[in-house]
Amino acid sequence: MDKLTTVEGKAYPFGMKNVDTDIIIPSHWLKTISRNGMGKGAFEVLRKEPGNVFDDPAYAGSPILIAGDNFGCGSSREHAAWALGDLGIRVVIAPSFSDIFSSNAFKNGILTAVLPQEAIDRLMEVAQTDDIHVDLEQQTVTTQFQDRFSFEIDPFRKHCLLGGLDEIGLTLGDADGIGVYEAKVAQDRPWMIPAVA
Amino acid sequence: MVKLRTLYEKIWDAHVVERRPDGTCLIYIDRHLVHEVTSPQAFEGLRLAGRKVRRPDLTLAVPDHNLPTTPRRDADGHRVPIADPESAQQLAALERNAPEFGVRLIGDADVEQGIVHVVGPEQGFTLPGTTLVCGDSHTSSHGALGALAFGIGTSEVEHVLATQTLLLKQSKTMEVVVEGKLGFGVTPKDVALAICGHIGTAGGTGYVMEYRGSVFRDMSIEGRLTVANMSIEAGARSGLFAPDDTTFAYLKGRPMAPKGADWDAAVAWWRTLVTDEGAQFDKSVVIDAADIVPTVTWGTSPEDVVAVTGVVPDPASFEDASKRAAAQKSLDYMGLTAGQKLADVAVEHIFIGSCTNSRIEDLRAAAALLDGRHIASGIKHAMVVPGSGLVKRQAEAEGLDRIFTDAGFEWREPGCSACLGMNPDKVPAGERCASTSNRNFMGRQGPGARTHLVSPAMAAAAAITGRLTDVRELLKKEEGMA
Ligand code: SF4
Repeated sequence: MDKLTTVEGKAYPFGMKNVDTDIIIPSHWLKTISRNGMGKGAFEVLRKEPGNVFDDPAYAGSPILIAGDNFGCGSSREHAAWALGDLGIRVVIAPSFSDIFSSNAFKNGILTAVLPQEAIDRLMEVAQTDDIHVDLEQQTVTTQFQDRFSFEIDPFRKHCLLGGLDEIGLTLGDADGIGVYEAKVAQDRPWMIPAVA
Repeated sequence: MVKLRTLYEKIWDAHVVERRPDGTCLIYIDRHLVHEVTSPQAFEGLRLAGRKVRRPDLTLAVPDHNLPTTPRRDADGHRVPIADPESAQQLAALERNAPEFGVRLIGDADVEQGIVHVVGPEQGFTLPGTTLVCGDSHTSSHGALGALAFGIGTSEVEHVLATQTLLLKQSKTMEVVVEGKLGFGVTPKDVALAICGHIGTAGGTGYVMEYRGSVFRDMSIEGRLTVANMSIEAGARSGLFAPDDTTFAYLKGRPMAPKGADWDAAVAWWRTLVTDEGAQFDKSVVIDAADIVPTVTWGTSPEDVVAVTGVVPDPASFEDASKRAAAQKSLDYMGLTAGQKLADVAVEHIFIGSCTNSRIEDLRAAAALLDGRHIASGIKHAMVVPGSGLVKRQAEAEGLDRIFTDAGFEWREPGCSACLGMNPDKVPAGERCASTSNRNFMGRQGPGARTHLVSPAMAAAAAITGRLTDVRELLKKEEGMA
């Protein structure tokens, strides 16, 4: 997982409320075998509308998405996080998120930052013309116009994102403990976990 | 004093690698079954991170969901290509990933191939007291052998592949007790459906169930697999049976089961895997065996059960408003009206198969009724899909395939088939199917398909009469009792 310390750049001024995971990635993408390339399917239906932010060259490649209330509700599909990641998004800012989406996003190195609606309104405005700056260490979202909004984050998630540690990486950090367990069972119940040759 | 523990707590305690201050535990996973739908992105994740599979020897890959159940090799032994490109792609990915990561693959042409939850027990891969996971919710099946088994998501599949562990919080415990003797014509599937109806689809959420009582003690392993399979339909991720002599007799000599001195040591340990007398469950559900009758579902949730002799319930009879609305929606979808007799409902399709009911005992039960009989003229399509190539071979050795085909059934290759509308075996929109599978959700067997969950014997009975039928009527005739 790539480290996430500061993210600076353009942001999609999206702002839509109650965006469910079907909108983020339609279900026919669930039969794919890769998490890469799923960006093509991201917001597929919305992108059929002319003038949508995702196809506006002004925002192409933005690492930040500004969204409305209850982002990521609906089905628990992890594909939604994969699609956003593949689109190049590292941070989603919204007044609230579905829990499962937040957790899936985190597992895939994407920060979900919760800010009040007033802050969202202001950021939507700035994003039309200027960059947004997200600092995870400081837990702030700032602009060059002295806007400064603070967000809360679970310390464990913060630690993982800053260090680029995914859950697998963390568990592997514990590989000694796993090895000790395996060795003990291999002795007591070799039929259950054979010793590694 | 030693703490009294339930079976679940004993298995849990034996698998804690590390306990975190907040109570989450790093749990060792002894067995991991992998199929083609939920694994491609997990393997890809490993590849991108440059990681390997920690214990390929504890991992087994078997394709099942996407495989067509029509012949897979032509007369010259060449592979018949899979028509749907996405299905073909998922299968190809598994065939590539398994050897690349050193995982054993039971492929589409191997006689051992079948539905993961049929193959695991059959091969002796599933063992009592082990933790077993698979990226599939019906992994609960393996609890029939006393394994703590549950379904996981793709991120977790990747986590297990890489670390052979999962970070978990301990579940609450629930005992489901059925005492007495099952009545004439009542099968393990009826018990499973009765439990779903009794507990409700959310009743088991957050719990691990343990099946206790004389009915479960007297049940064969195959019957236990049917019951454990449907634990998830009652909301529980896992359902356990304490391993006993029936379990050991079933496992002895299976290809991947322990042998020789290992076997004796294993059995000695397995015998300790029982809930201590006096240990407390967080919840207890007691059902009288005498109250369980041949059962069918009328709606679009596995809890929508009714006796086959009963009538479609009136939505107005449900107490809470959301249930009333859901029932009405179900009836509209199912094309049924309140008060209608279930035994008057005509069906056009019969599906005998799925990880719930595709083992040899299931096929024997259906064939026993079909012997010398033929499907009704109203039946458009009836098929039997054995759970594995070995089940198929056994059935053929017993001549069951001939009984099915003579009766007008199609005899297919093993796989998930019409249990879910993912492969070509679908029930057409608006048509009705008596199915031995586990989910009657809207669209589960194909868009607009109407599913009635039943036991294998009841599926055979419906095939013979062309409508949902009380199997006891046919059984009695057979025994000259009518
Ligand atoms: S048979 Fe049905 S329930 Fe069982 S694993 Fe296959 S799709 Fe899932």
